[in-house]
Amino acid sequence: MALQSLDIARRSATTTPAPGVRQTTEVAKLIDVSTCIGCKACQAACMEWNDIRDEVGVNHGVYDNPIDLTAKSWTVMRFAEVEEKGKLEWLIRKDGCMHCADPGCLKACPAPGAIIQYANGIVDFHQENCIGCGYCITGCPFNIPRISQEDSKAYKCSLCSDRVAVGQAPACAKACPTGAIQFGSKEQMKDYAAKRLVDLKARGYDKAGLYDPAGVGGTHVMYVLHHADRPELYKGLPADPSISPLVSLWKGFAKPLATVAMAAVALGSLFHYVMKGPNEVSKELEDEMEKEDAK
Amino acid sequence: MIRNPKDLQRYTAEERANHWVVGICFILLALSGLAFFHPAFYPLVQLFGGGVWARILHPIIGWLMMIGFVVMYFRFRALNRMEPADREWLDRVGEMMDGNDHNMPEQGKYNGGQKAMFWAMSVCMLLLFVSGIILWRAYFSFPVDVVRLGAVVHSAIAAIMIAMIFVHVYAALWVRGTVRAMVYGTVTRAWAKQHHRAWYRQVTGKS
Repeated sequence: MALQSLDIARRSATTTPAPGVRQTTEVAKLIDVSTCIGCKACQAACMEWNDIRDEVGVNHGVYDNPIDLTAKSWTVMRFAEVEEKGKLEWLIRKDGCMHCADPGCLKACPAPGAIIQYANGIVDFHQENCIGCGYCITGCPFNIPRISQEDSKAYKCSLCSDRVAVGQAPACAKACPTGAIQFGSKEQMKDYAAKRLVDLKARGYDKAGLYDPAGVGGTHVMYVLHHADRPELYKGLPADPSISPLVSLWKGFAKPLATVAMAAVALGSLFHYVMKGPNEVSKELEDEMEKEDAK
Repeated sequence: MIRNPKDLQRYTAEERANHWVVGICFILLALSGLAFFHPAFYPLVQLFGGGVWARILHPIIGWLMMIGFVVMYFRFRALNRMEPADREWLDRVGEMMDGNDHNMPEQGKYNGGQKAMFWAMSVCMLLLFVSGIILWRAYFSFPVDVVRLGAVVHSAIAAIMIAMIFVHVYAALWVRGTVRAMVYGTVTRAWAKQHHRAWYRQVTGKS
């Protein structure tokens, strides 16, 4: 979905600057896990706004429905039952793309313009440029993108980039009945989170905190967590996500190094030929064979 | 090039066909693979009908190359066993590169460099195949850390392999009279006596 075009911060597989003359405010979605009631209105709003209907799934014996993200379900509520201080806590996390400031998907993507990061922080897939290789899945520290079985394109939450472009909040934030999903500038969202943390700490959640992991440069989807010291409690939210060193090696250091090495071997061969000349059969041996034939 | 009935047969038609199946596959794989590796090479996908087609075709051509290479491996394995003379040849490869090969140790059908190349390519092919399967998301799903490692291995080995193929092709062009062995199968007796004297003695029975 390409509505914006002058405010591109980064473009996949592109080595020259993307059009970026327009500067926009960095936005963020804040998901306050402590006020989420797990109603899935956000899931419904997501499918409605994006006009995508996933197949009706089966009940897996838990509240999670669908059980995982798919190419057609860009956000899912993940329900974790955790015992804390002898009490059951039902931790419900709305999972989906985190819109990393340093996106692993974009780093790994080989198709120019298939993944775009806007100046406002949104990381968006442009499916018309996607070749379906799945490198974005390999690069993502949060296991978010999914390849469609129908068209072999990668899909994920767009943070409603089309809505945001015209000054609207994402559909999920609009639909949330408890205000657990807030949307605004990243600064505003941090301020809002700070207030929520004061409240949570007053209620005894002394480890409450904001999830805005520095390992990926911060995210444009942030969580307020009651147990920010243990994000794994929330159905495996990574404690310190970052782009895997293997991905950095593969799509960072290795790219220029291998290109230069291959070029060096090719050019080295050419210059060897130019400087040493061809390795020809000696005149003596040619004559010897001729004499042999003349006999 | 004048064809002489006394030329020596170096490769049979089957061997040549086998070699070129692998060679053509390799070229197509290198072109499409480079496109996924570095944005500078992305335009190469146009040779395959676009990015999606390049992505679809690359692993299929990979399978073809692997099958072709396995056949070639068993064809030439026995001829590539390393011997002491090969090690000596490799130790003195600098002299050869310098253009003076008259004092190089006598070589059989393959010299030490060719044998080393054969084994290095065999190892690379295996690694490329295994890591390629791991990366083939259309049909396989491995844990993400395995896929990440596979991606590093696949691209690093591919770069090494491409560099080795440059050397392989260059060696064939540099040593004049060599390419015809892989095109129509024969080499001149003088060529054989100069570059592979032990093989020359073996096939001609001369000294």
